[in-house]
Amino acid sequence: MSRVTAIGIDAGSTTCKLVAVDRDGAIVGSLLEPTEPRVEIQVARMVDALHAQNEIEGEVPSIATGYGRKLIKQATRNLTEITCHARGVFRDLGRAGTLIDIGGQDSKAIQIGDDGRPVDFMMNDKCAAGTGRFLEYTAARLGVPIEDLGKRALSVSLEEPLSSTCTVFAESEIISLIARGAEPDAILRGLHRSLVGRVVSMARSVGIVPPVMLSGGVARNEAVRVMIAEATGGDVVVPIQPQLMGAYGAALLGGAA
Amino acid sequence: MTGREALPHYVESTRLQHFIDYEIVGKSALRVQRWRDQWKLATRRPRPDSPLNPPLRCVAHMKEIMSRHYLEGRYAAGVRKVAWVTSGAPTEPLQALGYFLVYPENHAALCGVRRQAQSIAEEAEHAGWSRDICSYARTDIGAMLSGKTPAGRLPRPDVLVCCTNICQTVLHWYRVLADYFGCPLVLIDTPFLFHEAREHEVAYVKRQIEDMICVAEEIAGKSLAEKRFQDVMTNARRGAELWLEVLNRSRHRPAPMTAFDGFIHMGPIVDMRGEAVTVEYYERMLAELDERIDRGIGAIKNERYRVLWDNLPIWFKIGELSKWLAERGVNVVASTYTYAWGELAPMIDPQRPLDSMARVYLHPILNRSTGHKLDSMKGMVNEFELDGVILHSDRSCKPYSLGQIDQRDRLVKKLGVPALLLEADHNDPRDYADEQGSNRLEAFVETMEASA
Repeated sequence: MSRVTAIGIDAGSTTCKLVAVDRDGAIVGSLLEPTEPRVEIQVARMVDALHAQNEIEGEVPSIATGYGRKLIKQATRNLTEITCHARGVFRDLGRAGTLIDIGGQDSKAIQIGDDGRPVDFMMNDKCAAGTGRFLEYTAARLGVPIEDLGKRALSVSLEEPLSSTCTVFAESEIISLIARGAEPDAILRGLHRSLVGRVVSMARSVGIVPPVMLSGGVARNEAVRVMIAEATGGDVVVPIQPQLMGAYGAALLGGAA
Repeated sequence: MTGREALPHYVESTRLQHFIDYEIVGKSALRVQRWRDQWKLATRRPRPDSPLNPPLRCVAHMKEIMSRHYLEGRYAAGVRKVAWVTSGAPTEPLQALGYFLVYPENHAALCGVRRQAQSIAEEAEHAGWSRDICSYARTDIGAMLSGKTPAGRLPRPDVLVCCTNICQTVLHWYRVLADYFGCPLVLIDTPFLFHEAREHEVAYVKRQIEDMICVAEEIAGKSLAEKRFQDVMTNARRGAELWLEVLNRSRHRPAPMTAFDGFIHMGPIVDMRGEAVTVEYYERMLAELDERIDRGIGAIKNERYRVLWDNLPIWFKIGELSKWLAERGVNVVASTYTYAWGELAPMIDPQRPLDSMARVYLHPILNRSTGHKLDSMKGMVNEFELDGVILHSDRSCKPYSLGQIDQRDRLVKKLGVPALLLEADHNDPRDYADEQGSNRLEAFVETMEASA
């Protein structure tokens, strides 16, 4: 018989994540794929795969989160990423405090209370500056693979400051910098600084208590981690699988573990 | 471009047209419409699937009063003197002199509720007005240039009265109107208050109101009758007092009305303060609210969370937001915006009309410090026993939105209530992202759940 007591589904704008937890709230299975245009079909397929992988028979409670959450018909309930990330990170890192979640489409600063619930939060305004999309979009312009971004930004000490935090204007600025012969890695460093500046200033409005916790796909980027630590004057703590924290929190809330 | 020939849609009516089309046909048609609305409200079956209880019955009267006001506006030019005024302008002497008053801001909100604001604002944008200008201003300038309005037709102003107690945009906006219409502009400058108004500030505003009266008398061709002026002031005070009582009825649990109802029902106190019909209307509304309270009927069926709304409404989203929040058990029971038309009632003194007017028109919330607004919000959180605050960060209204980040911060940290900064615009749907807005609102509701 399967140990899975609940499933969390995070249908994000960039990636789709599923996590299965057991009675103790430990992760026993997970899946991650780039989000497809028909997310409901994709999730149905991924749920079947997770069931097969973990020998789940019958129904288990599931909670959906992320931008596509309302399309996930098989979910028992849907909750926002704020609640799910807070719960997932609280359980994983075992502490309350300030969480910065940088996702593909938006970034959030969440103050997690002593019981793992969100006490306060701020999200980026309507533009994509300060989100994973900002890095993705501009990295593409420089022809750098997304997984190398952070490493390349930290490999140089020279930094080309970008005056614009707007994704579209930043791209134009990068083109100008390249035309002037600027070093691509120095541009990348400036790009990261710009994103971090934006995110940290948002986090300040909910209050920063170091060490800041990080979740979301962008937390895997080492330059973002280093620069957030510099900007907040303390350490940055990152779960082992930061991208899964939304789905993990959703699974925990589904199983009420 | 200036002068009458440039704006051909502003036409004058004859007294006969005014009498037949407005007094006889129009008023009768609106009365019949009200009877039909009342019948519909009385006979409609409750909707079990709706999260809202049936609307207030008095809404039929409100619709009649407001429609009648705008209908008269169609035929007012050429028959009555017309003044276009800002929402915070000292209008009581104008009313006493028999002016028909047009509130461009209210007209723009009407365009917003009817979802016509964008297309009308685009008329202004096509003529070169920047999208960074207030969407009320763009809507009204667009309406002026094109003649497009859900009200049918607005009357051309004989005078413009602009008071800076709500923002500085009106200063430039009304200069534009004056340029197009070629009519006198009376500007009333109200010093910004970081404290209670001092005597020299009151004297400064009073002198400007006196000057306005001189201009208005000259245009109207008559003198201000003291008795009539006092009557208007008495009605203005009574109307504002009643409006305040109406709003304060939402201190009850469950609240008998939502702030969204308030946004709609504030029409008479904005457009017709000082008129007897406004006093009668709010007496009627208050009686109905008391009846609801006695019977334990709330505006929404399952009031789990009580919330404050700061700033102007998102006019084009009122209905959707009201239902969306009600579905989640959220009742927006109070608003700093609707309160602004009631909270100064005690300052109005019909026996000392000019002094008290100067004082009243110096003290609107938008002419006072951000700290004062924070104190008002804190007071409302306690008095209305609120569980959260939504601060609408209004792209168009900078004076109202200024300080909201700090106000939100203080409300969360000092009072421990969840507070959300919601980015939108009061009239321009291009500045509101549905998906992002509802995602933030959902997270806000979850935060209230977590705090409960």
